[in-house]
Amino acid sequence: MNHMEAALQPLHAGTKKNSFIRKALRTPTFLCGSIMMAILVFMAVFAPYLTPYDPSQLDLSAALQPPSSEHWLGTDQLGRDLFSRLIYAARTDLKVMVLAEIIPFILGVFIGMAAGYFGKWVNSLIMLTTDTFIAFPFYLIVIIIAFVSGTGEQGIYITFMLVGWIVYARVIRGLSSTFRKQEWIASAKMLGLSDVRIILKHLLPNVLPQAVIVLMTDMALLLVAIVTLGYLGIGIAPPTPDWGTMIFDGQPFITTKWWLSAMPGLAVVYTGIALSLIGDGLADIWRR
Amino acid sequence: MQTNKMLGSSAKQPAANIILPYKWLVLALLRAALVVICVIVAVFFLIRLVPGDPVKMILGEYASPEAIEKMRHQLGLDLSLWEQFTRFVTNFFTRGDTGSSIIFGTSSRDLIIDRAPVTLLLVVMASLIAIVFSLVLAAIAATHKDGLLDHLIRILPSISLGMPIFWVGLLLIIIFSVYLKWFPVGGTGEGWGMLYSLILPAITVALSQIPSLVRSLRAQILEVLEADFVVTLRAAGIPPRVILFKHVLRNSSIPALMLLGVNVAYMMGGTLVIEQVFDIRGIGSLLFTAISNRDFPVIQGIALYCAIAVVIISFLIEMISGYLDPRTKRER
Repeated sequence: MNHMEAALQPLHAGTKKNSFIRKALRTPTFLCGSIMMAILVFMAVFAPYLTPYDPSQLDLSAALQPPSSEHWLGTDQLGRDLFSRLIYAARTDLKVMVLAEIIPFILGVFIGMAAGYFGKWVNSLIMLTTDTFIAFPFYLIVIIIAFVSGTGEQGIYITFMLVGWIVYARVIRGLSSTFRKQEWIASAKMLGLSDVRIILKHLLPNVLPQAVIVLMTDMALLLVAIVTLGYLGIGIAPPTPDWGTMIFDGQPFITTKWWLSAMPGLAVVYTGIALSLIGDGLADIWRR
Repeated sequence: MQTNKMLGSSAKQPAANIILPYKWLVLALLRAALVVICVIVAVFFLIRLVPGDPVKMILGEYASPEAIEKMRHQLGLDLSLWEQFTRFVTNFFTRGDTGSSIIFGTSSRDLIIDRAPVTLLLVVMASLIAIVFSLVLAAIAATHKDGLLDHLIRILPSISLGMPIFWVGLLLIIIFSVYLKWFPVGGTGEGWGMLYSLILPAITVALSQIPSLVRSLRAQILEVLEADFVVTLRAAGIPPRVILFKHVLRNSSIPALMLLGVNVAYMMGGTLVIEQVFDIRGIGSLLFTAISNRDFPVIQGIALYCAIAVVIISFLIEMISGYLDPRTKRER
């Protein structure tokens, strides 16, 4: 039976590693996004060696300084170096972004495959659940759940575990239900393979590329949500540096020191562009 | 006259297996009703998701046992779960209420109705701005396909993806209120002043929608530009400008409206955040007052009203698109 199952393999979208790298090197969007992301991750990881100051070191005598050679981006209302805080915030926000995305991704992909593959009442039940979640404005439900589950990192993880899977479930459901109608799933069934085996060994590799492309866009949206919660005071709690709380802290001074709020936002936009380029690039690579 | 007929026929292509219109309507209605029921159940259980005792969260850790008992009774938490649920449902369906506000003492329905107009006005203004700007940008991109402008407009979604909406609002305040002094920094005026003070927040909310709208509109316009009736119009010697504005844009604005309808939930959420930035006293500020005071009935009311509004709008959109294009009926 195994060699017959192996005959199904060439149908899979997953390509060999070598050709992926070769294609990736010829995709400018992917290269550009990856380089941008690599720089950011490098700075976040090696923050203690790259930053001139301690991000939480107070110096009230040097508060609200404009950019200078000493403080590249100036200092905030408590005299902390803005550039150092920006890089340390990248550490927090990137870490929370990645950790908060893992469970929703796995959950969403499997729920979506189950809905698309089994159809019938499984599909109806899952569709009803996603429709219910989608009825709530995204930021309304995120704000309420984040508040209810307690502020701080833990609240963010709980919030996105509850609402984050929906995007994947909807995309993968559609994809899986089209695959279900194709011949190779029917032949796999005829070979007597169990549903679990078909889903794990044959359906999963076929839906995974699309799921990863969605992951890139969704991570950018998740980062924006994390930052928004920070701005609203129900996200990452101070004194941990976070781009959202930094924007909030700078808001009272926008008439004179606009960069205090503008710079952290620019860091978010930079990350978003990098992720979006990687996503577009991956879509290009796998489509070819 | 002739061209209008052609427009009509291009929008309504005969579907292979048309589901009876009434059956389709009933099914869509049933699904919407089912979602509303689920939404009510979800909102009811929301307060029970709170780790620990919600009453202690409201009154603090050291409240007297009598005060706790009184609050428990006021919130109806001393009843059985089923009794609480039936009370919640009947209260909502007979009075449209989710209980009295803990801090204001008045019904949460009245509080929401009092704050809703500003938020609704903001959403409507943002939608109008988004549609107009998207149509213009998409028309430019489509008519200059693969040109510099087209490329610039097409990279917009990638740039805007990671833009926090509140940050965009702050940038607009810095540029238009602080430096150019065209608009007030925040707050809402009276009468026409209110409309004026809502322009900048509405633009902010619209900006979050424009990139994705432009992307799909551009594709839509390109498709219509290649349609048979446009070729006929061109052959008839009608100037391109007239074709674009009179025929192509009219045909592609309907899908734009649809997409906006689909995004309405996201837009409402963005509006709630933007109200905080511009200090507008709408539903958003009510939500944050309620959240910081643990005012559960009001939080539940806002969630319920917003969700039901979204369900109704999506249902209407589905109706309209089904009526205009029977092909969509077969999708689900």
